[in-house]
Amino acid sequence: MARQRSAEQELPQERAVLTPTLVTVRAGLSFARKKPLGAFGAIVLAAMVLVAILAPWIAPFDPSEPYVERTFSAPGTEFLLGGDQIGRDILSRLIYGARISLFVGLVSVSIGISLGSLLGVVSAYFGSKIDLVVQRLVDAFLAFPAIILGLTLMAVLGSSVTNIIIALCIVLAPGSIRTVRSQALAIKEMDYVLAARAIGASDWGIIFRHMVPNCFAIFIVLATITLGLAIIVESSLSFLGVGVPPNVPTWGGMLSDAAYTDIGGAPWLSIFPGVALALAVFAINFLGDAMRDVLDPWLRGR
Amino acid sequence: MGTYLIKRLGLFIPTLVLVSIIIFVVMRIVPGDPALLILAGTEGEGEYTEQQLNDLRVSLGTDKPIYTQYGKWIWGVVRGDFGESFWYRGVPVMDEIKKRFPITFELAVLSILISFILSVPIGVITAVKIDKWPDYLGKAFTISGVALPTFWVAILVVFVLARFFNWLPPLNYTNLWEDPISNLQQLIFPALALGFNNTAFQARVTRSSMLEVLREDYIRTARAKGLGESLVLFRHALKNAFLPVITVSGWQFSRLLGGAVLVEIIFLVPGTGQLLVDSVAVRDFNVIQALIFLAAFMVLTINLIVDLMYGWLNPKVRYG
Repeated sequence: MARQRSAEQELPQERAVLTPTLVTVRAGLSFARKKPLGAFGAIVLAAMVLVAILAPWIAPFDPSEPYVERTFSAPGTEFLLGGDQIGRDILSRLIYGARISLFVGLVSVSIGISLGSLLGVVSAYFGSKIDLVVQRLVDAFLAFPAIILGLTLMAVLGSSVTNIIIALCIVLAPGSIRTVRSQALAIKEMDYVLAARAIGASDWGIIFRHMVPNCFAIFIVLATITLGLAIIVESSLSFLGVGVPPNVPTWGGMLSDAAYTDIGGAPWLSIFPGVALALAVFAINFLGDAMRDVLDPWLRGR
Repeated sequence: MGTYLIKRLGLFIPTLVLVSIIIFVVMRIVPGDPALLILAGTEGEGEYTEQQLNDLRVSLGTDKPIYTQYGKWIWGVVRGDFGESFWYRGVPVMDEIKKRFPITFELAVLSILISFILSVPIGVITAVKIDKWPDYLGKAFTISGVALPTFWVAILVVFVLARFFNWLPPLNYTNLWEDPISNLQQLIFPALALGFNNTAFQARVTRSSMLEVLREDYIRTARAKGLGESLVLFRHALKNAFLPVITVSGWQFSRLLGGAVLVEIIFLVPGTGQLLVDSVAVRDFNVIQALIFLAAFMVLTINLIVDLMYGWLNPKVRYG
């Protein structure tokens, strides 16, 4: 008890010198100490985002310019990571490919998981018939294997960046509805929700003022974990030629070029895009696992 | 068991109906007019008359209101009739699926067998040797297995086989019953590539489930009464640790039955996954909606079987 009180007394003094930046830096450092792998994942991911944003300035060559005499050139000779089947620079294509993979992944996850989480909260809060309908719909959507649903949606929508984001949202959202709903059900029984209702708060007021903020941790964790899946599904669809239009460089599209050309002759065609893809997914998984442990005991061990 | 069965079936059928409605709505509302698509082609370059268009609409049944179309479709589906292919006019979709599905089925069975044979020993060893080097090795394997995209693993497998063993995916598929040896030679590598992720995931599940069981009192009792370690592990621990592993395999198996799309494409296996990709390329919507319905049907059916097995094995579930 005495210890607790002294800690409380020290707090105000410390707070006086803490600026928001300092708080963020400290939180970051403590996260890195506790979860070195998670911090590693965060750094790799941040580096990839930076490379993607700065692509036009970083890429040594134009990603779609074919240098015919450099066709299948080995890594380190003409291009750092070699040339592809029509003599384009693989490194530049990887750098531009990061744009599509990360942009599509981040946007579809933010939209899909936000809408899914909101629906999960609403479904849990209102319960009864709404909940029943939403949950049966989730059951139905979860019955479709991700790639097959994505492929079908892209067949219907036609290939473009916007459409692949729409398709990914539909593929990814149902899982988040289920997970968020289970936590929202517990929050709904909390005393502060009862108190809010007692003072006459409206349903939507309670949902947005109390339920949604308390589901934020699970939302962040879910979004991080789902990002890996989003990137894999996007690259799979691009591999199959139904994702992003074929003239745009993507990791999945590069792998498809590699698989359809002389596969035994030029391993760098298939190795480098795969490494980039795997590295991104690794980094995201490490970050997601660490955030789950730190932020949210609810998901631990699932 | 009776009430549990009814309760579980009561979840299965409405979900299946909902699945069919979702598919139908997505396929019929978004792409516009299938008759126009057939006559004009995917790029809109074909020539046709208004009369032809109307005739085709009547023969396809797309001139009727949407609920009539749905009723007609679902009545066909119940009898195993998915209509005719848009692309190959006159060829029933079901004929094509009957040809392709056994191949996908065999691939799925092989892949699950491989991952089962590999993952259970890995899971048991890593659980027994927890925090020693075999466990770390196992952890490195499961992490990479979960993060490496299956299709990249498949491409690398093809590359290694082509480069060092001069093996290329065969262009002609050999039937299992005609020539089992060369059939297995064709399917074993795609099954391996496909099994890689599943092995990693299953090994992780086996490990954590074993760890949980090994802490139980009856394991201590078994050891206390002087049973040999292998008997404790296999007779007492593994048997009880198996339930979650079976659930996970059932889940994975059901997803493979829908068609391992990318692996089938990379290894040139003419299964339902390849049929789906080909149909997407020519926008053959009748085939696409049949295949996606079948994929969801497989998932729901296997889930049902796994749940019923669970209820049968574990009385807590059926009375809970």
